[in-house]
Amino acid sequence: MASPRVTVLDYGSGNIRSAVRALEHVGADVTLSSDARDVSEADGLLVPGVGAFAAVMDALKKVGGLQKIGRRVAGGRPVLGICVGHQIFFDEGVEHGVRTAGMGEWPGTVERLQADVVPHMGWNTVETPADTVLFDGIEDERFYFVHSYGVQKWEFDVTQPKMRPPQVTWSTHGTRFIAGVENGPLSAVQFHPEKSGDAGLQLLKNWLGTL
Amino acid sequence: MSVAVRVIPCLDVDAGRVVKGVKFEGLRDAGDPVELAKRYNLAGADELTFLDVTASSSDRETTFDVVRQTAEQVFIPLTVGGGVRTVEDVDRLLRAGADKASINTAAVARPEVISAITDRFGSQVLVLSLDARRSEDPALPSGFEVTTHGGRTGTGIDAIEWAREAAHRGVGEILLNSIDADGTKEGFDLEMIRAVRAAVDVPLIASGGAGAPEDFPPAIAAGADAVLAASIFHFGPVDMIARVKQAIRDAGFAVR
Repeated sequence: MASPRVTVLDYGSGNIRSAVRALEHVGADVTLSSDARDVSEADGLLVPGVGAFAAVMDALKKVGGLQKIGRRVAGGRPVLGICVGHQIFFDEGVEHGVRTAGMGEWPGTVERLQADVVPHMGWNTVETPADTVLFDGIEDERFYFVHSYGVQKWEFDVTQPKMRPPQVTWSTHGTRFIAGVENGPLSAVQFHPEKSGDAGLQLLKNWLGTL
Repeated sequence: MSVAVRVIPCLDVDAGRVVKGVKFEGLRDAGDPVELAKRYNLAGADELTFLDVTASSSDRETTFDVVRQTAEQVFIPLTVGGGVRTVEDVDRLLRAGADKASINTAAVARPEVISAITDRFGSQVLVLSLDARRSEDPALPSGFEVTTHGGRTGTGIDAIEWAREAAHRGVGEILLNSIDADGTKEGFDLEMIRAVRAAVDVPLIASGGAGAPEDFPPAIAAGADAVLAASIFHFGPVDMIARVKQAIRDAGFAVR
């Protein structure tokens, strides 16, 4: 079987080398690019992201990333967001009182975590949904989180006709927040699978299995 | 259910080799930082720290190679410190595969470099390495003084005030190394940990003084979110990380 082809979206985000290596380690054929063809033709697109929500949105816009990601999602083509690359799929982010619009694929606001110690930095447990694909076999593992902001409410309208409700995974640091969403072709996780040892590699492998 | 206490082995790297000596049995080349990083990863380390202790710039290039090779094979967070002075230094380390950089002397000399780095890469990328010692100087309200150059040079700056300022300026984490406790193997400096914990709400990594697994839980009770050590892991039995984690677990704290 041919290796699944994954493009890691290159828009100047911090350390993406690890994401590339981790995907290669679990058998993907990885391209680091923001080229429209590389983004649209790959079997899977990985959207990394560290730093500030607004800065990530700006950087994505500069490479036309929002349209490129949006087209894939509209076409039912798999996308996986990581960390701030997870947060940008929600309605908006609020940092230091400044609201920045996100891609709005999911309802919700990315807000500062209310906890004694912030950033939330380290290995935490997750509460996975029954039908999870991403977390299959690794439901009880810990994953490596590094973030100060998160989505603390899930308000997806499940009364919409003919919509299969997204599968939501939660974690807790001071407050409960969304650690992962699996929504048809679009998946995203708040933690760093590429830095979560064997459990993280398995999650990436599970994702490759859906491509 | 909560975030686990991180157990972090620290490797001093000089010209591409681990120094301070490592005596693992069954490890063919104990001085190879990449091999050792792999070993610690398998043994359950939650994160790894490389401290670049090289003096020359050509040796520093070697450190980038070490970071590069490690990041390709070890999929846990990697922090690199030593010689980090500018935004460009951090950029190079991140490009090589580091997840975080730690900064000490340069931040004391130019505190504004902290926000210059975190504005560009985010707070999570920068660890303030705080080497502190006890001082009788009445000008220091907390009784703890910031030192540089591995604890040899006093700065006259109050360590607790500095921790607070650095957190305010944007560091995402503080690595607190007690110069007094370092190398004693008599346990962590709990008073110092409590004082820094009370001053900041960023994660706190305690370092200095660990001699046995039972030294670790008191540091966590005092407020450390993570514990870092070198000798106890380098010279101890190969399952020392597991033993340390067991001691932490037995004390009622979460570990991975």
